[in-house]
Amino acid sequence: MRVSLFVPCFVDQLTPQVGLATAKVLKRLGHEVEFRPAQTCCGQPSFNSGQWDVAREAAVRALGVFRGAEVVVGPSGSCVAMMRQFYPELLKGTPHAAEADDLAARTFEFSEFLVKKLGVTDVGAKFAKKVTYHDGCHALRELRLKEEPRRLLRAVKGLELIETEEGETCCGFGGLFSAKFPMISTAMAQVKGGALARTGADYVVSSDPSCLLQIGGWLSREGKPILPLHIAEVLAADA
Amino acid sequence: MSDSKAIFLKDAAVNAADGDQRAFIRKALGGYYVNRDLQKARYRDWERARDAASLAKWSAVNDLAAVLEQFVANFERNGGVVHWARDAAEARDIILKIAADNQAKAIVKSKCMTSEEIHLNDALEKAGYGVVESDLGEFIQQLRGEAPYHFVFPCMHVKREAISELFTKHLGTAPTDSPEELTMIARRHLRQLYVDADIGITGANFLVAETGQISITENEGNARLTAALPRIHVALSGIEKVVRHLDDLSVLLPMLATAGAGQPMTCYNTLYSGPRKEGECDGPEQFHLVLLDNSRTRLLADPEQRDALHCIRCGACLNVCPIFKNIGGLAYGTTYQGPIGSVITPHLRGLKQWNHLSGASSLCGACTDACPVRIDLHHHLLHNRRNAAKEAPTLFDRVFHHGFNFVIKRPWLFAAGGRIFRATLPLLQKLPLPYMGAWMKTRDLPEAPARSFRDQWKNPDA
Repeated sequence: MRVSLFVPCFVDQLTPQVGLATAKVLKRLGHEVEFRPAQTCCGQPSFNSGQWDVAREAAVRALGVFRGAEVVVGPSGSCVAMMRQFYPELLKGTPHAAEADDLAARTFEFSEFLVKKLGVTDVGAKFAKKVTYHDGCHALRELRLKEEPRRLLRAVKGLELIETEEGETCCGFGGLFSAKFPMISTAMAQVKGGALARTGADYVVSSDPSCLLQIGGWLSREGKPILPLHIAEVLAADA
Repeated sequence: MSDSKAIFLKDAAVNAADGDQRAFIRKALGGYYVNRDLQKARYRDWERARDAASLAKWSAVNDLAAVLEQFVANFERNGGVVHWARDAAEARDIILKIAADNQAKAIVKSKCMTSEEIHLNDALEKAGYGVVESDLGEFIQQLRGEAPYHFVFPCMHVKREAISELFTKHLGTAPTDSPEELTMIARRHLRQLYVDADIGITGANFLVAETGQISITENEGNARLTAALPRIHVALSGIEKVVRHLDDLSVLLPMLATAGAGQPMTCYNTLYSGPRKEGECDGPEQFHLVLLDNSRTRLLADPEQRDALHCIRCGACLNVCPIFKNIGGLAYGTTYQGPIGSVITPHLRGLKQWNHLSGASSLCGACTDACPVRIDLHHHLLHNRRNAAKEAPTLFDRVFHHGFNFVIKRPWLFAAGGRIFRATLPLLQKLPLPYMGAWMKTRDLPEAPARSFRDQWKNPDA
């Protein structure tokens, strides 16, 4: 299959290893991977801030960027939810509605793509560490993904998966929310980060790099020994 | 910035920093989660039950005028008197007039959030009536001089010792740390008040159109005494509480109990069918119902968010909301706290003053999953944000988002801007920039990579 990568803007700039790992896994499974450099941000910050006219422009741009792509795969539940759930809502009743629906049907979150679209759970990864999993809210409640990433992790050689308390509790990122309401966001990070640290895992793994930014940022500031890691990086590990 | 927003930001910050209080709330809800899941598991299919409950409310709300007319006709046939109130002031005036017409002195009241909405106690007290809350939690809050913290569990934030102290101060009782003894103190105090009261004021959980009955759900039996002992019963209800059929309660009552309190059924579910009739030995002589709009029709006129009128005030969305759990119920400054409050308050009391509540959410969606009547809560927060941006755009937001959009429309500019951002990140982190400064106060950013993904993709070996 020819996969067009959807790399979230902050992954592009801050955690490029997540994008590279995503591509590596897909290639290892024998797929052709492309990256269309015209892509930037999906418009979610503006959408979530109520600036739907601005977000609509970003959405229409993205439709153009991914026009003709066989499938679009992104290593982020949040950004994929934007394309899949919210582009159709944003562009409803405009001339772009049909194309938004069409793109939504071809867009997948990375773990979802592997398990549901390709039917793969063992990607040939080895990672001899204790990990716990954080469900990002968009993956969990917009895309309804819960078992998919866990099935992938359980198939990784040497990996021990332990569940955490507050497993389905939001980490408190919420995009600009984390900066507009820092005190609430930090309290949420304390609840989440505290539970994660108590698991005794080496890594907290998630399919959402934005949650990992928040969780990792708090864990680092508090000097907790557990490290954030994207699921693509785990699945790309083979040594 | 609106006053309500400034107060919210201040209170939320104080409460979010109060680790002890947050832990207390978390612990208080711990038992609820266990019981709720146990009770949900007894349903053959909880999701289908949500469909049915939602449909029952949808069916009434989407034909509200006709269903209300049917209800009113049947309620009046049962001997009740209906009063329509367009807003809070009208509702207060109606109730004050009933009290004056009947030379009432003492009033006892059972739990009724709609009465909080119209600030009824204040109005009654100002007019010289003694009014006492008969629900234990509301009674405690009344003594504390504080609004309910949670619209189902009004004093969930108050520790046992504080309740004992409160009773000692106001009722002169000996200190105790036994919850049973504290309950008995309130019970002994309240019993005589039911007998002395001229008017009993209650809320209503459901208005049943086909029978003209009012359904009230409670755990303490206080609403039954409030409705039955005084010579006049006044019920106050929002117009959206009506359902078509008695049979609708067969799904709504258990779901209200399970979703809201983790109970199979609430202890007392009573249907009130009018005043005392000829030959009956008890019950009130008069039965009044005040039907309140207070901007509910504004919500009704919005097809996108009309489902917010499905709300049965179970409180499930509060119980799972990480915002509620971390800032507490009082910080909202609203009658209805938590996600449903953040959704409807801008409609009831003005978007400009109350939109900040829609902003104060990570949009995690736990509320929407918890809602027994399937209100699309977290998406409505997005809709409120959009409506506010249209109605009253802030200059900062417009500049910020249009600026951002200018950059992301131009991949070369995005890449160049990213390069500068990464190169200067160590410096930027030290500056008091809007947004970023707030972020950096409690969290670190990862070290900026030398090359972006797009650079590495283009030149893997560079």
